[in-house]
Amino acid sequence: MSELIHQQPHHVKLPEGSIEKQTTTLNLGPTHPATHGVFQNILEVDGERIISSEQTVGYIHRAFEKIAERRPLYQITPLTDRLNYCSSPINNMGWHLTCEKLLGVNTPKRVDYLRVIIMELSRIADHLICNSIVGVDSGAFSGFLYVMQYRELIYEIFEEVCGSRLTTNIGRIGGFERNFTNAAFEKIEKFLKEYPVTLKEFENLFNRNRIFMERTMGTGGISAERALNYGFTGPNLRATGVDYDVRVAAPYSSYEDFKFDIPVGSTGDNYDRFMVRNQEMWQSLGIIEQAFRKVQEFRGTDADVYHADVPEYYLPEKQDVYTKMEALIWHFKIIMGEIDMPKGEVYHSVEGGNGELGFYLISDGGRAPFRLHFRRPCFIYYQAYSELTKGALLSDAVITMSSLNLIAGEMDA
Amino acid sequence: MSLTNEYIRQRITEKFGDAITNVEEPAGFLTFEVPKEMNLKVMQFLHDDNELKFRFLTDLCGVHYPNQEGRELAVVYHMHNLVDNVRLRMKVFTGINDPDVFTATSLFESANWQERETYDFYGINFVGHPNLKRILNVDEMDYFPMRKEYPLEDQSRIDKDDEMFGRGGSIS
Repeated sequence: MSELIHQQPHHVKLPEGSIEKQTTTLNLGPTHPATHGVFQNILEVDGERIISSEQTVGYIHRAFEKIAERRPLYQITPLTDRLNYCSSPINNMGWHLTCEKLLGVNTPKRVDYLRVIIMELSRIADHLICNSIVGVDSGAFSGFLYVMQYRELIYEIFEEVCGSRLTTNIGRIGGFERNFTNAAFEKIEKFLKEYPVTLKEFENLFNRNRIFMERTMGTGGISAERALNYGFTGPNLRATGVDYDVRVAAPYSSYEDFKFDIPVGSTGDNYDRFMVRNQEMWQSLGIIEQAFRKVQEFRGTDADVYHADVPEYYLPEKQDVYTKMEALIWHFKIIMGEIDMPKGEVYHSVEGGNGELGFYLISDGGRAPFRLHFRRPCFIYYQAYSELTKGALLSDAVITMSSLNLIAGEMDA
Repeated sequence: MSLTNEYIRQRITEKFGDAITNVEEPAGFLTFEVPKEMNLKVMQFLHDDNELKFRFLTDLCGVHYPNQEGRELAVVYHMHNLVDNVRLRMKVFTGINDPDVFTATSLFESANWQERETYDFYGINFVGHPNLKRILNVDEMDYFPMRKEYPLEDQSRIDKDDEMFGRGGSIS
């Protein structure tokens, strides 16, 4: 009998060793509903257990670093939008802050506070998606739908400030393109009033939910030492217990004026990552509230300041462009990128939605950067996925992937 | 006492002498160059020393300087001491015909993909890397696209059929 089974028809050519092989090779992705982005995992599974895995990335590589080498500064901002598109304002502002560092621009306090409001709103939008997707992957869809209306409200605020929602291209070197409107402030106020209620309810759905806890606790964990060695930053690092946050370690945009805590976890597993993100949303809410109050305190002409004085890089008022010669000339010079930037080499990093987002800019004094490198946190910590999922169940690997907050756009640049 | 740039500079020149060159501080960021044979030794020292403690590799990337004969390619390491919150930048230069640099993967796991990326775009051969193959580009690619000899398309070229790109033609 057994001879019969093992006898192989002559016309079928199986790979060597495939009959004796006890494990299965499984492709998770590149297009799979559970991966939330385009990346491939080649898993070697024994039943439900993952024995080893290999990652393939680069499916949406768009050569941003190469393109940036011939673009003037403003034309690079839309490229940064498309890195981590869940929190593009942080990328935009990180890039503008890098330019300001190279150009030696000091921004007024009001600009800093307005930027902080926008950056923290986008952090909330980012964490909100990540955490609710963790919920979806563990079988709870309602949380995701429930918080989505507040991402919508955040996008409405962005729309009010800059005109677009997802790929925002927000702000200018030195500040914002226009002052915040009253409607924008009203929407921020509405958000501050309503979102805590929803976030509390969202937490009630998950934090002590038996099913959710059992699915996430103890899966996808990593020690602090390994996480540092793998170059983890952001919530994923903080979940392991390391309190590294760029906003505190190297304050930019006047973050030193705000009071907030850095939530940390201990085991670095999926549950800790979830809890750290939730806590960070509360902290972000606190920061927005403080910034909102600080912005309200400006009186008189100070209350109209929304950009620094950088005539060489800040686009003149549209009204002036239509009526004044000087403004028209500057407008064209800036748009066409005819201004050479100073020589220099700067590294600037901001606390992005999922870690330290760094910009390494080398300028040789031309109109475009000589070299621009993005430190993309996703790309760096995705390397650890193989270690995180070794020996885990296939269904846990899916949760681990979403709780790492992997964004294909950021990974592939 | 917090760690200052002068102190780090003093420690590494004490240890490695003339091997440390081009020490600069652009925007307060300590930057120096080491010979490519010594990149691992210096990194190991920065990593293991009880005072320096540069145990976090923030970033690793390549740069191409086509006009520097014999040292066209650079690898730039950004390292971070998370305890004292100090950063430094270390550079290694190599010739384009002999782009071998020792891998940092034995010290930092995070160097793995970043070195693959650098290899992918600049063709720097990281000696001792466990899995040095292309990462963002297709495996069949036979050139290193971020090198300066591959310019981007000239934006003012006129031999393209604009109609295919939604510009000009009958639609406008």
